Amino acid sequence: MLIVCCIKQVPDTTQVQIDPVTNTLVRDGIPFIVNPYDTHALEEALRLKDRFGCKVAAISMGPPNAEGTLKKALALGVDYAILLSDRVFGGADTLATSNVLSAAISKLDSEVDKVGLVLCGKQTIDGDTAQVGPGIASRLGFQQLTLVDKVVDFDLSGNKIRVSRKLEGRHEIVEAPLPAMLTVVRELNRPRYPKVPMRLAAVDAVVELWNNQVLKLDEQKIGLKGSPTWVSKIFSPERDKGEILGDGYADPEGTAALLIEKLMAKDMLPL
Amino acid sequence: MTPNPTIFIPLLLAALAVFAWSCWKRFSLISLGQAEERFDNIGTRIKDMLLYAFGQKRVLAKPFGFNHFVIFWTFIILIVANTEFILNGIFPHTIKLIKLPFELYVPLAFMIDIASLLALVAVSVAAVRRIIAPPYPEARTPEAFFILGLIAILMLASFGLNATELANVMFKSNADPASFLFTAQKIMPVSAQLAGMLPQMHLGTIHTISWWAHALSLLAFICYLPNSKHMHILTAIPNCFFMRLEKPNTQIREDFAIGNSFGVDQVDRYSWKDLLDSFSCTECGRCQNVCPATITGKPLNPRGVIHDIKVNLLKNCSRLKMGEKPETPLIGDNGEGSISEEAIWGCTTCGACMEACPVFIEQMPKIIQLRRHLVETDARFPEELLNLFENMEGRSNPWGIAPTERSKWCGQMNVKTFDKETTEYLFYVGCAGSFDSRSKHVSVALAQLLDRAGVSWGILGKDEKCCGDSVRRLGNEFVFDRMARENVATFIEKGIKKVITQCPHCFTTLKNDYRQYGLELEVIHHSELLRNLVQDGYLKLEKTTQEMGALLIHDSCYLGRHNDVYDAPREVIQAATGNAPAEMERNRNNAFCCGAGGGRMWMEEHTGERINLTRVKEALLKKPDTICVACPYCLTMFEDGLKDLKADNIIVRDVAEVMAEAVLR
Repeated sequence: MLIVCCIKQVPDTTQVQIDPVTNTLVRDGIPFIVNPYDTHALEEALRLKDRFGCKVAAISMGPPNAEGTLKKALALGVDYAILLSDRVFGGADTLATSNVLSAAISKLDSEVDKVGLVLCGKQTIDGDTAQVGPGIASRLGFQQLTLVDKVVDFDLSGNKIRVSRKLEGRHEIVEAPLPAMLTVVRELNRPRYPKVPMRLAAVDAVVELWNNQVLKLDEQKIGLKGSPTWVSKIFSPERDKGEILGDGYADPEGTAALLIEKLMAKDMLPL
Repeated sequence: MTPNPTIFIPLLLAALAVFAWSCWKRFSLISLGQAEERFDNIGTRIKDMLLYAFGQKRVLAKPFGFNHFVIFWTFIILIVANTEFILNGIFPHTIKLIKLPFELYVPLAFMIDIASLLALVAVSVAAVRRIIAPPYPEARTPEAFFILGLIAILMLASFGLNATELANVMFKSNADPASFLFTAQKIMPVSAQLAGMLPQMHLGTIHTISWWAHALSLLAFICYLPNSKHMHILTAIPNCFFMRLEKPNTQIREDFAIGNSFGVDQVDRYSWKDLLDSFSCTECGRCQNVCPATITGKPLNPRGVIHDIKVNLLKNCSRLKMGEKPETPLIGDNGEGSISEEAIWGCTTCGACMEACPVFIEQMPKIIQLRRHLVETDARFPEELLNLFENMEGRSNPWGIAPTERSKWCGQMNVKTFDKETTEYLFYVGCAGSFDSRSKHVSVALAQLLDRAGVSWGILGKDEKCCGDSVRRLGNEFVFDRMARENVATFIEKGIKKVITQCPHCFTTLKNDYRQYGLELEVIHHSELLRNLVQDGYLKLEKTTQEMGALLIHDSCYLGRHNDVYDAPREVIQAATGNAPAEMERNRNNAFCCGAGGGRMWMEEHTGERINLTRVKEALLKKPDTICVACPYCLTMFEDGLKDLKADNIIVRDVAEVMAEAVLR
């Protein structure tokens, strides 16, 4: 069985500036990282590999420099790393992205091994839509298990998976037949740290490049053309000016009491 | 009254065979280690060997060291006596000391007699000490008493021999006993004294008993020596010869090529010198008595580390010689011969053990080699380090703060960017000085002082990267190597030659570690620079400051012990306040770590008492108003410790802040 892990290269900062003219993110000078949620998806895929001996493929759609992200995945121990990169993939929204990723997963399924599980981070920290994972599941007809914080049981012979989903204020245990698509939250695991011998091996390892000549997708369904989403405006919401309560240095206890009073008045403390 | 060669010679040959075989067995194990260059600068090496092995300089640094000095030198003298004894045992009628010319015999006999007495006294003192107040509790081993007893028997037997021989001459020559003994006492004072007490009729028996007691204890000693910690008698002298000539304040580089192994997880990955170290340990316990981890109840014990390396080598040697995987792992909780992971992570790399070791064993680099294996090959380390490693690699600072924030410490100050044409010094602010809210005050104070003194300086701003000290000491050499290469390239590209640091960790890394990358910088710690600026009249002190009350100084390990800078911070305080600071009980090269070095700054301390609390308590005994430091880690550890002990009425100041108080306020 093959486990596919979808990872994305994102800019590393919570203080991304937005270009007011083009309404896009200003990425100059900002280093890229692997989307933090995806690192947990990758970790879970590798743990399943360690336990059950499945193979793991990491795929990423992005510009050529996203190869670095896939090299990191190789250093952690994935068996295949595939970069989905083509000018015609550019400008994609979540729908067009899930079309490309689904096509790549189908290709892996038919050419490498049966795909039993797709793992995605619950969302990316740049787009924050949380739609691509479910989009893939819909397109592939996979079971869709979002917000997973624990894989309770992975039953290969029974061909099913049981997971815990982290919902607001409660957990839900769900079982689904394979193949399934999981989106995962940070609580799922602690990502491993790459071992040096594997890092060194990853330097020379090959990241396969699949462009649209390989995937042969209808250009109306990918990239900008395949994206029904229109960005009309992106802006940072104005924040109300804060209020400084008391003097925390001179009177910490009094200040704390003042804060609690305020919060209670606004009904912000559960009693 | 002659020895019996027909019995003695076979026994001697057997003992020598055991000795030779044991020595060969152990010394051949040393050759299992990796290559390491320790044959350079022979002249310096001989000098060091004479000073530290024969001169026992470090041994003498502790009270009971003199006792060891006596044993060492009496042994050297008694080599003559024992050689004579053995030769006499083989050729009873031909070889005898007394057959030497009288002018040679008299001083030699006198020296041997006195040396025997001194050795006897010294081993008695050692035995009594071990009973009453051993250097460490586990030092009361049967082995220790056995060897002391053996030496005592040797000495008593040699007195017995000499006394009976003197008495024999006396009785045979029919000389007047009083005048004979009077003359004899000038040659062999102790033996002559004893000779006067011996009964004539039992002389033969006493002589025979003494001779055989001497012979058997000597042969037992020869057999036992290479198989015990007393092997150090043979290895300590070469170990001093092969010591690291520069201070062991860095770690060796690793070659990151595919197929290489990283760090150490089996003994034969250590260098031959590391293995020689393990055979040179006397188990004196001086290292553990200064180790902050051991003292505060952690599982790390530097003596134990060296001992476990030796035991592991002995346990696994036959497999290692065959190139097979060892049976007893070096890392793990497998009892004697294995070093636990908690012990490995407990080291603050303060260097106190290496400073204390009389035979220059290098404990710290061995521990870091083990860390390297855990981090680089196994990716196994305390979980709090995961964030640190990722922050260091991704954002080049321990907290993961955006690199663009790096120059925000200077606020409204007008700070130049370093430019080799217009600025002389680079002020390498460091991560703490750039991001830590408390240490930023130190950066500002120092910057203002530099401006006041008219120093030409600039910073790298957002181009400054972490020096990588913590990751290197934590064994993440792979990441350190990248950081070092990047920094060295920046320094070369910008033409940086002179660097000011306010952090001893940046100081040592730039000064010592980067030298391995071919970068020779003139690195000056801010305490040294401030001292120089005052001495040379660039910083004018119109008044001294008394604001901070009674000042107490704490030595940073990486400034003091690792780099020998002790006076500069004291002189800065002296200049700023008019008084020398008070000293802690453990100070200068004997100072006790704050607990933050070796990457421990970023780790939890679960076992035993916290190291910083131990040090703060020590400081409080001196009733200071202000504790003075020269390191941002020490600053944090002291402030935290004072808060925990509800003593935060006592303030902690960096030396730059003390100077700023006098110059700027």
